[in-house]
Amino acid sequence: MNASVPFRRMIGERAPRKEDARLLTGRGQYTDDVRMPGLLHCVFVRSPAARGRIVSLNLDAARALPGVQAIYTHEDLSVVPVQFMTYFFTPIASPISLLANGRVACVGDPVAMVIAESRAIAEDAAGLVELEIAEEDPVVTITDAQTGALVHPGTESNCTQEMGAAEIPEAVQAILDKAAHVVTQRIDHQRIAQSPMEARGCVASFDGAEELLIHISCQSPHFVARYVSTVLGVPQEAIRVIAKDVGGAFGLKNMPWREEMAVIVAAKLFKRPLKWIEDRFESLTASSHAREQEITLTAGFDAEGRLLAAHGDCSINNGAWPMGEDCNIAVHMFMWPAYKMPAYSFHTRGWYTNTMGLGGYRGPWALESLIRETLLDKAARQIGIDPIEIRRRNLVTAADQPMTTGFDLTVTDITPYECLEKLLANIDVPAFRKEQAEARKQGRYLGLGITTYIEPTAVAGIMTPLTGETAQIRIEPTGKVSAVLTTHSQGHGTATTMAQVIADRLGVAYEDVTVFEGDSSAGSYSPGAGGSRQGVIGGGASWRAAELLADKVKRIAAHLYNASAETIKIENGMIHIEGAPEMSRSLREVAEIAHGEPFRLPEGMETGLEAQYRYQPPPMTFTSAAHACFVEVDADTGFVKINRWISSEDCGTIINPGIVEGQIAGGLAQAIGQVLLEEMPYDGRGNPLAATFKDYLMPAYTDIPDFEYLHANTPSATIGGMRGVGEGGAIIGPPTLANAISDALAPFGELELALPLSPSRLLAAIEGAEKRETAA
Amino acid sequence: MSEHRIELTVNGHRHSASVEARTTLGEFLREGLGYTGTHLACEHGVCGACTVMVEGKAVRSCLMLAVQADNCAVTTVEGLADADGTLHPVQQAMRDNYGLQCGFCTPGVVITFAALSANGAKPSVAELEAAMSGHICRCTGYQGIRRAIRQIAGVAQPAGEHA
Repeated sequence: MNASVPFRRMIGERAPRKEDARLLTGRGQYTDDVRMPGLLHCVFVRSPAARGRIVSLNLDAARALPGVQAIYTHEDLSVVPVQFMTYFFTPIASPISLLANGRVACVGDPVAMVIAESRAIAEDAAGLVELEIAEEDPVVTITDAQTGALVHPGTESNCTQEMGAAEIPEAVQAILDKAAHVVTQRIDHQRIAQSPMEARGCVASFDGAEELLIHISCQSPHFVARYVSTVLGVPQEAIRVIAKDVGGAFGLKNMPWREEMAVIVAAKLFKRPLKWIEDRFESLTASSHAREQEITLTAGFDAEGRLLAAHGDCSINNGAWPMGEDCNIAVHMFMWPAYKMPAYSFHTRGWYTNTMGLGGYRGPWALESLIRETLLDKAARQIGIDPIEIRRRNLVTAADQPMTTGFDLTVTDITPYECLEKLLANIDVPAFRKEQAEARKQGRYLGLGITTYIEPTAVAGIMTPLTGETAQIRIEPTGKVSAVLTTHSQGHGTATTMAQVIADRLGVAYEDVTVFEGDSSAGSYSPGAGGSRQGVIGGGASWRAAELLADKVKRIAAHLYNASAETIKIENGMIHIEGAPEMSRSLREVAEIAHGEPFRLPEGMETGLEAQYRYQPPPMTFTSAAHACFVEVDADTGFVKINRWISSEDCGTIINPGIVEGQIAGGLAQAIGQVLLEEMPYDGRGNPLAATFKDYLMPAYTDIPDFEYLHANTPSATIGGMRGVGEGGAIIGPPTLANAISDALAPFGELELALPLSPSRLLAAIEGAEKRETAA
Repeated sequence: MSEHRIELTVNGHRHSASVEARTTLGEFLREGLGYTGTHLACEHGVCGACTVMVEGKAVRSCLMLAVQADNCAVTTVEGLADADGTLHPVQQAMRDNYGLQCGFCTPGVVITFAALSANGAKPSVAELEAAMSGHICRCTGYQGIRRAIRQIAGVAQPAGEHA
């Protein structure tokens, strides 16, 4: 390479994704693409009833079907003990087993497992299994859970977890009693299905004594290896987990769940490689769901709209077999750190019901942004001030920091106020208000929603299993760079962003860096994808490891060319010595010497060119943002049209704007689906009512507008200054859209926030208001 | 289950096989012939991930039986790029515009756009958008796909995207 070519710094570049050439030509390797000799296929027989005792299970006809190799029930699989754990490696409290143990607790509960030569035969056999259940009345809703029969007989109540005080503490109540304005907001958040395009899947093979190979659709192969080792009691050194390509995860694939663990156990028992690929019906009805919660927030304000105190009460429907019983304390933790809130009390509870269990989903505590930001708009209307003004008066600004909020959270460098100001500089609110007023006269209902939030990202070191991330980088004798990362992409593009960081900090061409991830046999332990942590922690690890390696190259070059290390620069894979252009050498030359001619290295230096760095970032990093959304609601049809959406996001240093914007947009599309379309309803008998994509409405191309992005980049205290951005859109999106709709429909009174805000719900609100007006 | 002998061409390669009548084309391409670039995501015709070209037309391979493809020419995502590895213009447009993240729905999207652009056809933005409404992508929020559509249709990108 010519030394005169200016070196392209890669951090901040819209580099083309390294993953794409493979994925665009059909050369990806997702779990169902895995082939191996002797592979058999698994299908689960699932409960059609929400609750009851298994009276009989007749497998004779199914077993007689040619091609069926085995059918396992709870008794068969329970010879291998499995102690399910939560994501945080604490024992699961519900009496969960791989397959139903005498009782079923939800529709879709796996009762038996068929192993056959093909999936079609396994499905045929599953249809021949005769299952008789003595049905009981199910407990479906949070209200049912409070008064109904015990979901898991033998437990004390259906309340899985309770924190805080049911009654508002006197100190808070006293402030509320004296407040100039008290505003209460309630949200019923529907249940949704995470719905990655690639559903769950697992291929397990015990190749010999304690040699377990697992291909699985997951968020971290290293985490899965650790989890399987722990819950199954198999030594970790005997486990290899591979997940080369994963078709989306969104929190659902945090950890192996009942089906994946059943496949692993069955493979051990049957001594043949087994594959289970979830179909869409199972994915919608029998994969863990997300979100179903109810929350009420009451806040007191002074006459000028300044926050004085608040109390929040949240309940969460955990279903029967949650991936960790949860009362979502994080909702309360992150309710107010971006705002000056003098006093906050809360009550929060989780409930068992006879519905499918809850799992993770992008921004699991997102309800805090939704309830707080919609309450602030409601308060602004009630107090008679602008929704922007109420935020300006209450947001934590740079001058207020560091500030310790409730839950011992200290914020030192959050920027929601600055994000809001940047947003407002790019939209014309007065012009919109004028247009809105004119439109209303014509019976057209325009609305604007403006919101702010902060998001805790890159959590590491304050709870299991969230550790740092490791980068191992080596310069091969050819001069090309290979890196093994503990990051893991389910669409995150980490092979691209990590290569950009390495190329930039090492001084080599982006094209010359190859990143390997997705195999627990390479690299170190890390929890991988979760909570917007990869760009921050994996990026910081890559950053420092690349610098360490560059230092070694410089020390060798200084020794070889009789220069001082400070005068050496690496650019474009060339080593330059300041003031001596004729001495420039290729990195390859130094790499060949480092690997092959130890006697030419500085005395005592180890051969080769490798560096490793495990980055342990600050315990919690924060990202801030402000968003604005403009809508028009058709009062005749209840249809919402999104006219404009603009985000002002501070995710610190941007490694690749294309990838950052993709993360924001993907989250926003999910948010729009959540507010307008998606719902996994249950009927009174506990039957899930959305079993296909014909009735579970995923946001489509025509539902999503063009998004605009403003980047407000305040570097964080992490190495490199990244902040993470992956969950943001999914957290801030729902209140932004809900506020825009509420603003549009303000002439009809306060909108009740029962999600989704479907056309029929909005029409009912419009018509209800019109009826009330006529009656009056 | 009755079995049928079929012959078909996939990406220019001739194949002869015996298939059960109930086997879908998507399942046959993946399981029978190993063209795993075709992905099955909903298996009820809504998401479009399994789209392949049969006789030049985009079809959902989860809704077509393998026996119906007897004597047909099929193109899967593996058959779009040139022999020397040069990406099809549709693939290139997706790559240039961050049109994919996890890549699972991508083969179907690419095939749909390629079918519309086959034989030198110049689909309009409206035609491409109408076709895209039959695909679900969970990752990208459709932003990169929208830009890719503009590139395929030869329309300049709108201003104001990246402030």
